[in-house]
Amino acid sequence: MNNKRVELDFHPELELLRNRTETLRGLPGFEEKLDDSGLYPLTPTGLDILQVNVGYMCNMTCKHCHVDAGPHRKEIMPRETLQHCLNAYDAGGFKTVDITGGAPEMNPDFRWFVDELHQRGAHIIVRSNLTILVTTPRYRELPAFFAERGVEVTCSLPFYNKITTDRQRGEGTYDRSVEALKALNALGYGKGNARLELNLVYNPAGAFLPLPQQELEADFKRQLLEKHDIVFNNLFTITNLPISRYLDYLLRSDNLDDYMVTLVNAYNPMAADRVMCRNTISVGWDGRVYDCDFNQMLLMPVDVTESSSDYTHIKDFDAEILLKRRIRTGQHCYGCTAGAGSSCGGSLA
Amino acid sequence: MSNSYYDKSHLAKFGSITDLQEKLGTKFFDYYNAVFEGGELSAREKALIALAVAHTVQCPYCIDAYTESSVKHGISEPEMMEAVHVACAIRGGASLVHGVQMMEQAKKLNM
Repeated sequence: MNNKRVELDFHPELELLRNRTETLRGLPGFEEKLDDSGLYPLTPTGLDILQVNVGYMCNMTCKHCHVDAGPHRKEIMPRETLQHCLNAYDAGGFKTVDITGGAPEMNPDFRWFVDELHQRGAHIIVRSNLTILVTTPRYRELPAFFAERGVEVTCSLPFYNKITTDRQRGEGTYDRSVEALKALNALGYGKGNARLELNLVYNPAGAFLPLPQQELEADFKRQLLEKHDIVFNNLFTITNLPISRYLDYLLRSDNLDDYMVTLVNAYNPMAADRVMCRNTISVGWDGRVYDCDFNQMLLMPVDVTESSSDYTHIKDFDAEILLKRRIRTGQHCYGCTAGAGSSCGGSLA
Repeated sequence: MSNSYYDKSHLAKFGSITDLQEKLGTKFFDYYNAVFEGGELSAREKALIALAVAHTVQCPYCIDAYTESSVKHGISEPEMMEAVHVACAIRGGASLVHGVQMMEQAKKLNM
């Protein structure tokens, strides 16, 4: 093991997840579990998704946010780095570009970037918090902008009622989300046109795992249709990973040990085999390349240290080198392998 | 082994019941899982019923499990408390209705 990895592995949050209490110290290491499943070291299966985090600035400050995003965050991907991402897309054979944040719409070059990708014929996903789409007139133009370019809109809605949604994402979020969903529906989103896919993301508003995705999707569809005449394509259930703001919540509410035990007990080898880091790379606002958005927040760039140069920046993108890498893991990874598994595209098994 | 009758970690080990008498244990869990699937009643309604029953049988494991299940199903805290009151009313009523037996027996015995 080289020095760089040892140094980076000791991100305070990873250290805390391993060692804070006797219970946490007693849990098996994620790598041991992978080894038991014949998956260690975890390696890529392809480069299908280029996920670009275009900045941590957001109009919201949700309690669970693993990015710790908010209006106070100034980290925004500059156009030069967005161009490096486009170059990587051109070179890499990616199927999808997944644009996330923060609120990605707040990057001043957001529309330019989407247009560039659209011209290249990329399958584009924008991860929207919904509320941004009903703020100022400039942002209210975006649903039509998306529709014209066939952008897939994947948006956060933690529940189909106001009380749960607002508790996690802030007062008034539910009503604004409903307004945004109606605007998207009015443009044809979520109504069966394959060009206009509208997906919702559910994540638990508390210290528990999601219900089965299929069951919850049926509930969401029925409730949103009955209450608001809203339709959508798919619901993706995402498990909260014990890092960043959600980790703070677990600590404050004295739920960390129980939550980690729940995740570990629910370890599912089939989900581990399909984790998204195996076919995705995540690019941070500063161009650094990570195995996933969570490793990005833990400042754990891709492990390409066996090659002679530093290929951890998107400007030096090299598909061959990235495909040979060893995916970096930690106790937080149990969040993606618990139960039916979790990824940006929902459950895995 | 902890020095108390209830140990929180036992809930996660519930499945190990099948280590002994595997056939019976498996039959129980198959039945249990089938009961909680959506049927004529929704999974949400079943979670709420289970929560009320958990309070009636005063099982701390069940209370934890079905509080969590209720939360997952988006059941609000006031709704959950109302279900607990239903359990309480039935349980209390079950005691109280025996008072009729007491009254009649006392009447018979007294001069």
